Amino acid sequence: MASDRSPAVTLDAVGRSFPGKTAPALADVSARIAPGEFVAVIGKSGAGKTTLLRCLSRATTVTSGTIRFDTTDLARLRGGALRAHRARVGMIYQQFNLVRRLPVIDNVLVGRLGRLRGWARWAALGRRFDSRQRAIAFRCLDHVGLLDHAWQRTDTLSGGEQQRVAIAKIMAQEPAVVLADEPVASLDLSNGRLVMQTLRRVASTVGITVIATLHHVEHARNYADRILGLKEGRLVFDGPATRLTDAALFEIFGEFVAEPAGRAEGEHQLAAS
Amino acid sequence: MSTAFASIHGGPAPPVPAKPSTTGRTLAATLTAAVVLALAARVVELRPLELARDIGNIGIFLKGYLHPSFANVGEYAWQCLVTVCIALWGTVLSLAVSVPLGLLGARNLSPHPLVYFAARRVMDVLRAVNEFVFALMFVTAVGLGPFAGMLALGIHTGGILGKLLSETIESVDPGQMEGVAAVGAGRLHVIAFGVIPQVLPNFLSYVLLRFESDIRSASVIGMVGGGGIGFYLWDTIRSFKDGEAATVILLIVAMVMCVDVVSSRIRRAAI
Repeated sequence: MASDRSPAVTLDAVGRSFPGKTAPALADVSARIAPGEFVAVIGKSGAGKTTLLRCLSRATTVTSGTIRFDTTDLARLRGGALRAHRARVGMIYQQFNLVRRLPVIDNVLVGRLGRLRGWARWAALGRRFDSRQRAIAFRCLDHVGLLDHAWQRTDTLSGGEQQRVAIAKIMAQEPAVVLADEPVASLDLSNGRLVMQTLRRVASTVGITVIATLHHVEHARNYADRILGLKEGRLVFDGPATRLTDAALFEIFGEFVAEPAGRAEGEHQLAAS
Repeated sequence: MSTAFASIHGGPAPPVPAKPSTTGRTLAATLTAAVVLALAARVVELRPLELARDIGNIGIFLKGYLHPSFANVGEYAWQCLVTVCIALWGTVLSLAVSVPLGLLGARNLSPHPLVYFAARRVMDVLRAVNEFVFALMFVTAVGLGPFAGMLALGIHTGGILGKLLSETIESVDPGQMEGVAAVGAGRLHVIAFGVIPQVLPNFLSYVLLRFESDIRSASVIGMVGGGGIGFYLWDTIRSFKDGEAATVILLIVAMVMCVDVVSSRIRRAAI
């Protein structure tokens, strides 16, 4: 089963407002994300980054405008089609969301659940997978460098290792788009970098679209092809990292952010928390 | 002794806002409790003086128990084994009752609020009705004997374990469930991977606890025809066969202690 081609993701005047709130979480966001692009979404806390990601994963629905994966309007998905959409979208979470008490390899196998058919679906209820599924899972785990930890309980791993297990799980899932919500926000800088490198390497290898919300502007600069800057729900920056000037950062974050030029290692907690 | 904090600790106290008074509420609560307890004492015919005066009678009653009679010990030991089997199968049956009810009665898993409500109410009824009442009911269907006792225990304990299970499920980490659902897995897969590994250790511990409790219930359920040692306990005490009754009580104590040891071994090995 080959991974299906990444769709073109089209956001057309997307808005999301919540009842009881005067200001919308997202307003008039338009962008077209080409297949295979690595996009970082940056902005302050509450700027709408997570809401945007939740609209893309269809954890929630837009209240105005449309989001399309190729020609499919996400707002119209129901039941089986919605589950098929979720299987096509790989999610990476800040808190990893792995089953903590299960062995590492079982968490990678969870990625296969959406693709099982017939008897294999029932066998999986007893956590039994055939040799082909297991082979896929072990190869994915090897790819993120954690094969030796396959039988360890997942909660014995460090945060950085758990996030790499989550990446292996995504690889097993074979999604068409990866959505990462603050994938490195709870990791230290060097582990965060390792996770970003792994994610970038996987994305480049299979040519898959990645949309990640990121706290650290440096991570966005180093790993993303393109940066979207959100401020109060509106898109205020859209361009390559090279165009992310001090002025642009000031526009996004609403305060002066000193970025030492030429230093890839700067640890700047930029989003005001 | 003056420390670096002297500049904060020294000087006059700031204007302190008035502390809200709780005296009235404390007084009212104490009075209410006293009145309720006094009324309840009348109802239960609380007469401590009588107990002090006639406490010697208990000694006379117990005298007969100092000489256990081992004439029928083989039969009683067999009945103890029957009792353990009643509790064992009662616990198995309670699993069959509690797992589906517990899943449907957990707010975060239930397919519909009505199903949730129905499952919760069924469990309420199973818990509210004592196992002895269930035993009397099943005796009419399957006759006197261990089978009726096992059914009664299983149904009643099923209600208890079901409630414990659904409350354990409601307290699981939703992130781990979301992580499974997000790959496009079906509802049963979410339960198998996102829920069961999280609730299993707690639930197993509850099951063992209820098994120990079922052993104690099974040892008396024979009084209402549910089989096991309970019938002999009731019969020997009622017919003043003190020596025999003493033997039965000794055996029950030994049985409960053995089961507690075994189940704590299992607990340590499995959890």
